[in-house]
Amino acid sequence: MVNINQVDDDYSFLPEFAMMFITANFALYLLVLMSDPAGGQPKRKRSSNRNVNQVADEGISGVSPQRLVNNEAPAGEHDEAEGSSSPGSMNSAQRSIEEEELKYGASHVIKLFIPVSICMLIVVASIGSLQFYTKTNQYLLYTPFTDQKADTTTRVWHSFANAFIFLIVIVVMTFVLILLYTYRFYKVIYGWLVLSSSLLLFLFMFIYLSVVLQKYNLPVDYISVSIFIWNFGILGMICIHWKGPLIVQQAYLLVVSALMALVLIKYIPEWTVWVILAVISVWDLVAVLCPKGPLRILVETAQSRNESIFPSLIYSSAVTYFTGMADGGEKSALTNQEVDQNRPTQQDQNIREGQASSSSQSPSSTQPAQPEADIPPISFRGQDNLRPDLAGVDEFEEEERGVKLGLGDFIFYSVLVGKASSYGDWNTTLACFVSILIGLCLTLLLLAFFKKALPALPISIFFGLTFYFTTSQLVAPFCDRLAEQQIFI
Amino acid sequence: MTLFEFSGCALIAFGPPMTMFFLTLADNPIFIIVMISSGFFWLLSLLVSSIIWTIVFPLKEILVFGVICSVIVQEIYRYLFYAILKKAQIGLQKVSDVGNRGHLYSISWSTLSYVSGFGFGIMSGAFSLVNVLADSTGPGTVGLYGDSPYFFISTSLITLALILLHTFWGIIFFDALDKKCRYKIGYVVVSHLAVSALTFFNQQQLYLASLIPCYLITVITASIAYQCAGGTLKSLKESLPFVSG
Repeated sequence: MVNINQVDDDYSFLPEFAMMFITANFALYLLVLMSDPAGGQPKRKRSSNRNVNQVADEGISGVSPQRLVNNEAPAGEHDEAEGSSSPGSMNSAQRSIEEEELKYGASHVIKLFIPVSICMLIVVASIGSLQFYTKTNQYLLYTPFTDQKADTTTRVWHSFANAFIFLIVIVVMTFVLILLYTYRFYKVIYGWLVLSSSLLLFLFMFIYLSVVLQKYNLPVDYISVSIFIWNFGILGMICIHWKGPLIVQQAYLLVVSALMALVLIKYIPEWTVWVILAVISVWDLVAVLCPKGPLRILVETAQSRNESIFPSLIYSSAVTYFTGMADGGEKSALTNQEVDQNRPTQQDQNIREGQASSSSQSPSSTQPAQPEADIPPISFRGQDNLRPDLAGVDEFEEEERGVKLGLGDFIFYSVLVGKASSYGDWNTTLACFVSILIGLCLTLLLLAFFKKALPALPISIFFGLTFYFTTSQLVAPFCDRLAEQQIFI
Repeated sequence: MTLFEFSGCALIAFGPPMTMFFLTLADNPIFIIVMISSGFFWLLSLLVSSIIWTIVFPLKEILVFGVICSVIVQEIYRYLFYAILKKAQIGLQKVSDVGNRGHLYSISWSTLSYVSGFGFGIMSGAFSLVNVLADSTGPGTVGLYGDSPYFFISTSLITLALILLHTFWGIIFFDALDKKCRYKIGYVVVSHLAVSALTFFNQQQLYLASLIPCYLITVITASIAYQCAGGTLKSLKESLPFVSG
């Protein structure tokens, strides 16, 4: 107990507004599940024998559906046919629906299952072993009603009030982000993102580390800790915001979301968490699906600008954010371009793509590399298809087109599971975990049908909340009775 | 000591299923999805049976009622999962092909039945054991008040039997539904009931009385499942590594 209080004291050197600022950043983490935007990089095909499948596979992205129409055409004709079409026109997506097969296969589902499970596992393990994250005597500034001893009616009222204040914070932050993005204040956004993720990676990691060290009674001197934190944080910043191997980047994104989830679990009052989860998923539904929903606007703006959404806000299952990021062969050719990459305007994107493909191809194919705004990145794929010799090399280096899941989804899934596990009933935790995975699976199924950005929270959180309450209220007593008498069903 | 007990019990119960998982399922995404979905169905069945158990409060103290209900509900959900899987089979093949690099799997129906039975088993095993395991790490230990010191190990042994049984039941049940063979469906329900009934011996700490028949039933069910999956005595002999020719 002494330890816990001491860490709490250590922690309280932060002024409240700083706490508020740091924790408000979770609002940035997008709540969206989407296919890779066409603003993503040109996909080189990965193996010659799966050529047709690959083309069909890629053609299904709702963002440049024109490719579908050309699927039957020989690969070589793709440049002309597609070079003139503009990316991001959503209306022709409808046309393509009948023609296509499912885009998202089982492997995509697993590629999201694994990170989601890892993130939840980190949170659940931390909650289970560190009491620090389950007890608190201070709360977030925007959940002001924190009286834990009030009667039920008051607490219900309080939690709803808290949840709505919380929601308003999120809505405001999202709109600020949209405004900044629409008017191209990229530097402001990047500064904001860098600041928030550096705070998470340095400060929260330091707090986490100190809690772990105190828990296991390990003495470590400040110099080692600071060296570790410095290296950890700097590597994370480089991987998240600039470039690095995809797997390291994914790992850091998971760490960031897990830390955020832990902080939310710690500082949000008991009942408010559940109301917040419900309210957030409704908000997610509205924000992504309404015609004027902010997240939808963001996604569509990004698509029409032919760029990918900030990598620090969204987890991508397979595709590199920058051309050739995890691709050793291209790295040297791309070094010059990659310097500009934290300023991904459309022109940059196109230049990069042009160079990317031209670097791996004969010089005569550099024609599309001029920074024309209306050349879709897809046009290079046709050329790639002409070069089966390169394809063999790329087969193992190239990942297939993946899905993207906003970090906010990771955070709130983990919050649900972590909160469920904080009461010590593993059956409930397990039920929440499985139901969230099933919800995610259903969402991915819907994504395969609708081919546009979808909210990932509602189904999962609905299942999760349902199973949390039913399991803890109905199933757990039954299971406990059975377990203590060793009766198996 | 508690750590040893924890890891030992966990490995007894989940070691063989984990091996099965990693050897047969882990490399095919569609199997993992089917497994999780069937686990979800088991969860639903548990939910329904506990709702029944809670609603019918006069019988709340008599666990037999709850157990019988639960077994029947589980079999109903197994049927529902069968129906859904049957409808989704073609779609599953499609989904499994998309985005799979290089190698394509063909999903046979008997494999699916194995996977769904395995999912049922894993979920039920997890639900009956996780909390017990969590308690086994301490603080405290079992047996101080005259309880049996074999509480944990017997629980994990029966859990293992149940996981295996669910897998076999899945195979038999699906096969029986395909062939409209009522005896086998009856066998699944009856043996499930029998195993659940046998575990009532555990209250009297007659662990052998429940364990030995449970494992006998497991062996019998395994052989029936083997036969349902198309195996014969000859193919069994051929598959054994030490038999030459």
